Amino acid sequence: MALSGLDIYKLLPKTNCKECGYATCLAFAMALAQKKASLDKCPHVTLKAKEALESASQPPIKLVTIGVGEKKLEMGNETVMYRHEQKFYHPTGIGFLIEDTLDLDKIQEVISKINSLSFERVGLTIRPDLVCIKNSSGDKDKFVKAAEAAVSKTGLNIALYSDDAAKILEALKICKDRKPLMICGDISKLDEFGKIAKENSVAIAVTFSNIEELAQLTDRVKKSGVEEIVLNIKTDSLWKRIQDATSIRRTALKKNLRPLGYPVMAFTNTSEADLELAEAVSYVAKYVSLVIVKSIEKDFVFPILVARQDIYTDPQKPVQVEPKIYEIGKVTKDSPVLVTTNFSITYFTVAGEVEASKVPTYIVCCDAEGMSVLTAWAAEKFTAEKIAESIKTNGIADKVSHKKIVIPGYVAVLSGKLEELSGWTVEVGPREASGLPAYLKGWK
Amino acid sequence: MPIDLAREKYSGSVYTVELGGTSAAGGTRDSVIKIGGETTLPFLFEEGSMPNSPVVGLEIFDCEPTDWPDGLKNEIGDALKDPIKWAKKCVGDFGSKFLCVRLISAHPDWGGRSANDAIAFLKSLLQEVKVPLVIIGCGDAQVDNELLAKASQATKNEKCILGIASQNNYKTLTASCLADGHSIIATSPVDVNIAKQVNILISDMGLDPKRIVMDPTTASLGYGMEYVYSIMERARLSALAGDKMLSMPFILFIGQEVWRVKEAKDSTPLGIKWEIATAAAMLQSGADILVMRHPVAAQATSKYIDGIMKR
Repeated sequence: MALSGLDIYKLLPKTNCKECGYATCLAFAMALAQKKASLDKCPHVTLKAKEALESASQPPIKLVTIGVGEKKLEMGNETVMYRHEQKFYHPTGIGFLIEDTLDLDKIQEVISKINSLSFERVGLTIRPDLVCIKNSSGDKDKFVKAAEAAVSKTGLNIALYSDDAAKILEALKICKDRKPLMICGDISKLDEFGKIAKENSVAIAVTFSNIEELAQLTDRVKKSGVEEIVLNIKTDSLWKRIQDATSIRRTALKKNLRPLGYPVMAFTNTSEADLELAEAVSYVAKYVSLVIVKSIEKDFVFPILVARQDIYTDPQKPVQVEPKIYEIGKVTKDSPVLVTTNFSITYFTVAGEVEASKVPTYIVCCDAEGMSVLTAWAAEKFTAEKIAESIKTNGIADKVSHKKIVIPGYVAVLSGKLEELSGWTVEVGPREASGLPAYLKGWK
Repeated sequence: MPIDLAREKYSGSVYTVELGGTSAAGGTRDSVIKIGGETTLPFLFEEGSMPNSPVVGLEIFDCEPTDWPDGLKNEIGDALKDPIKWAKKCVGDFGSKFLCVRLISAHPDWGGRSANDAIAFLKSLLQEVKVPLVIIGCGDAQVDNELLAKASQATKNEKCILGIASQNNYKTLTASCLADGHSIIATSPVDVNIAKQVNILISDMGLDPKRIVMDPTTASLGYGMEYVYSIMERARLSALAGDKMLSMPFILFIGQEVWRVKEAKDSTPLGIKWEIATAAAMLQSGADILVMRHPVAAQATSKYIDGIMKR
């Protein structure tokens, strides 16, 4: 939690010696609060004040990174409880549980299936982040072989889960450079785990079932010199998991309680895929930074990834496309011209239907500040004036030989005025994008 | 050493709305479903209570739903051609605890059947199924003003929830609900201020706030769901902070929104998952009544709710 200028002032010598270059200690404190000055400028600051200020300047929830390179997973560093307050920063990682009790052939098959889980949506590629190898067999060789399969077969991040630190150490030998997450299943051996995490510079997940004991656990790990810690919720009941994730987030943010200032992870508790899906989505919504699921079916994974995309959208900045003319298919001078807004979901929905219709078409996206058709219309961002302005200035008149535009059915009311202002013939299209294929096929 | 967790304590609570009139109330329903009453955000039982489970019900039309994707139609089968059979299947085979009846046949685009025909159907529905009913008009404001007034009379004392009232069209429906003992659905276009405004307008006509449920406008997963999510979260936080005019439970039309998106139309198995995922997200932002379309998705959601409500 950032300190105010006055909070900082209380920690300074209050001598107004001016050696920092500021006229008074208060002025220096204000500059510190605005991050315009650095504390080193004050030669007289006490060690205690320095520690307090340094700790206050750290984010309340530690940023933890698993993996390296482009696909690395960053978790934590969140600043709010509710997305409408600001936004959520680091999208929930989605991982898959692979138990080493499976045959090696099967493990490889599962991993290659996981590798194929990649989806295109609103112009972005979305995919899962991690595979978690769990030492369910209790056997060292099986665990290492399974980890080896993951290391060689997938570029996704890796988590290693065992009750036995020695086995994790063996597996780390082959994948240390991938910066995996080690998950400590047995907290009675936490110190041993902590030592290995420290020596191998990897993050460690601490499994807990009683939130009251959690602060002691993370303190112990921190004392072994490990900075990157993840809190693995292992309570039985579903509501309690949501409650714990919420309590941890709130306590870290509101009370700045360092021992809880770490990202949270959870394994799904249900095994029936439909219920597991609902469970996973609720974790994505409620403060869990890494969810490990069991099902690997496409239809199961895709909605979870979309839910993550939705929840982690910046609410202050709707996902927009550039307001301009988009050409779908081999357009000619006789192709129809559709007008819509530049909200990305609107554009991609319209573009998808136009593609499906196989009728080459121009889509004119007007700048409606990224709002959907009805919302923009209600907010007066998608008006006859605005549309006429885009039609006149975007050069569509040079691209087609006709003077006809199609507007969404929901804003049919704009047609009269728009014809008057633009000089184009305005046709009213379907209300929903789903009506476009039929409409475009009949368009002349 | 116990840790000092930051917990929220709220002063406000969500109103409890009752759906369904039994013989005690002069109705013929076999149960009363209580909705709302929360004193905390969803499922945070250490901070408050959720005395009533969120409830899932299936949606039926009063005529064959020609615009539904095949995958959805196939699950219900031939019963779709006969709305009474359809309703019985939803209750008997799929365990729907209430039904949401959409009187769409009166809409000009759906054949424009006379209001009296729709009411005749509604009356026989009351005979044939005994679960509580949510009754929705056809969506055409002019038609609905007459249609819903008649529907309200025909179901007097059954304590239905009738909808949908908007900022521009709420008077006729509010008057009907007042006269016949129903509750009302108040809609707003993903906007907290308008949501509050509609609730005020309706309450000002004398309808008990305990007889209003809010429709914040539903959006499917991947199609603006997060807007609705945050609007609900904001409204619910205001309710818990004591704003009585935002303290109504939420109704979400999950099925209607999900089954018109591309992913659901192209693939039924994906559509089912999409409907479950949308419902799960809405439950986390405070949904109280979920109106769904695919029986498998509705059953899974119901089962999930049982699981997460288990203390």
